[in-house]
Amino acid sequence: MIEGPLWRKWLFVNIPIILFVFVLLFPFYWMIITTVRPDSELYRPWNAPNYNPFWTWRPTLEHIQYLLEETLFSTWMLNTMLIAGISTIISVICGVFAGYALARLNFPYAAGIGTGIFVTYLVPQTLLFIPLSDIIRNFSLGDTPWALILTYPTFLIPFCTWLMMGYFKAIPKELEECARIDGASRFKAMLYIILPIAVPGILSAGIFAFTLSWNEFIYALVFLSSPEQKTVPVGVTSELIRGDVFFWGPLMAGALLGSIPVALVYSFFVEHYVAGMTGSVKG
Amino acid sequence: MAQVLIQSLNKKFDEVHVVKDVNLEIRDKEFMVFVGPSGCGKTTTLRMIAGLESITSGQVMIGDTVVNTLPPMDRDIAMVFQNYALYPHMTVYDNMAFGLKMRKFAKDDIRRRVQDAADILDIRDYLHRKPRQLSGGQRQRVALGRAIVRHPRVFLFDEPLSNLDAKLRVQMRIELRKLHERLGTTAVYVTHDQVEAMTLGDRVVVMRDGRVQQVGEPLELYYQPANRFVAGFLGSPAMNFATVRIEADPGGGFVAANEGLRLTVPPRLTDRVGPYAGRELTLGIRPEDLHIADASDPPDLVFDAVVEVIERLGSEALLVMRVGKDAMVASVEPTVPARMRDRLRIAINPERLHAFDMETGAAV
Repeated sequence: MIEGPLWRKWLFVNIPIILFVFVLLFPFYWMIITTVRPDSELYRPWNAPNYNPFWTWRPTLEHIQYLLEETLFSTWMLNTMLIAGISTIISVICGVFAGYALARLNFPYAAGIGTGIFVTYLVPQTLLFIPLSDIIRNFSLGDTPWALILTYPTFLIPFCTWLMMGYFKAIPKELEECARIDGASRFKAMLYIILPIAVPGILSAGIFAFTLSWNEFIYALVFLSSPEQKTVPVGVTSELIRGDVFFWGPLMAGALLGSIPVALVYSFFVEHYVAGMTGSVKG
Repeated sequence: MAQVLIQSLNKKFDEVHVVKDVNLEIRDKEFMVFVGPSGCGKTTTLRMIAGLESITSGQVMIGDTVVNTLPPMDRDIAMVFQNYALYPHMTVYDNMAFGLKMRKFAKDDIRRRVQDAADILDIRDYLHRKPRQLSGGQRQRVALGRAIVRHPRVFLFDEPLSNLDAKLRVQMRIELRKLHERLGTTAVYVTHDQVEAMTLGDRVVVMRDGRVQQVGEPLELYYQPANRFVAGFLGSPAMNFATVRIEADPGGGFVAANEGLRLTVPPRLTDRVGPYAGRELTLGIRPEDLHIADASDPPDLVFDAVVEVIERLGSEALLVMRVGKDAMVASVEPTVPARMRDRLRIAINPERLHAFDMETGAAV
């Protein structure tokens, strides 16, 4: 903590925190307020009398209604959940096993392979989608959920592997050695001792992977074309921006509803998630 | 119950040779302590017995079985780790029962064995707590309990007391010794603390740089150290060493002398010291074998010393003295009237004088 007079605490702690929170939360506020403002207010020129972009006295649900009834938003939500869910499960399982192997099994070139996996994570998606789209076409997976379920792990697995590798390394080796002396095989020691201890790490990996695939844009944009196959980020932007006309109300409603599941996931697991980030293993 | 036989055991990590040609016989029901400074290979040797480290060359036998390639689970051993290695997500009961469950013991049998072990170690009241709700001493007991429930053939201890505070360490040391008397299981115990080694071990192995320096009962090592390293490592405060030149005495026998002292070599050592006449060797004498000279001490076993520091410990006083170029410590009566910078006459106990070769360090 900062020592000294009160003004120092305000200057160096409280005011920066308030500014930071304001900057972080303002976009969400803007999203919510735009969702509930009627079109007549949204498209009023900025120099009109009584112009106030930060508040409305006539809140309305018409944009949400439009989004749910006139677009395929609920289908997009289902698609996104399915795709994000399955690719997260695949990636976390692979990441846990690969991370464990890289952290614990002293096989030749383990360090090199670890670095190699990390390097693949650094290849930008904006390059990778070109060869991937070729592969998707060859396997006739275009415009199906599988196009994304199978391509998201290309960046999720390296991510999960690295996160889990770091987590496993923080777990004392002796726990596993003790289990193996106690009569467990390496696999059983991992199953009964290491995995339960690594639950916070696994949850963090899962939450991150889920969020990354939920928000993913470019693969979803390239590999999916028919409206009923789209995910939320692509569906909202491609169907609610027509030409140069932005349907701000439904757009923001889509963004708001689309971010709710992620927010729920975070808030459910936030305690485990923080424990996972700090790698705390209480012995 | 089993003996452990180690033959020409070697361990190399890449190019680093950490355990060099170790040969040991650990007898059935024996409490064997490995002691040495850090990096001397004692823990690596223990881990090779446990099967946690592969064996580069040589052989380890537990009972009548060569265990070189057996996985740890098949060696019928139990190990207690320095950091306890309790499973943090399990209760004390489950921690102790884990090994039995893995070995498919019947539920009733597991419960009975865990209860028995908990009774022995006085941890019944914590059986349903998690490790993080326990104090250091309690965790140590649980770790011990987890080792004893299986009735293994050999216990392996890897510095189990070094995470405890000094008082608790003394207490647990006594309990460990009692536990060994009660169970009679062969035990191998690694420590860097020479007091633990001396008090716990039926026999002690002193190691240095991957080699066994000496094996023997604690007092044997203390009174007849095989070399200068063992002599200096065991005992606190450590043995005093002084480099002296051996000269033939015109009156027969030999004299050991340097700038600060001139002692007649006791008859016990003359035969062995003889070959060093005209050369240097290292004399060693323990602090408790020095005392303030009185009229009864023969003048050829007395030297002058200047007191630099006096440490009064209550049960004894330690005089840190300068003798010529060497520093020496004497352990004397706590009420000694000496003061700093006093010049004292110090006598040695000739029965306890040690001599070591300058180059090899081996006892002469």
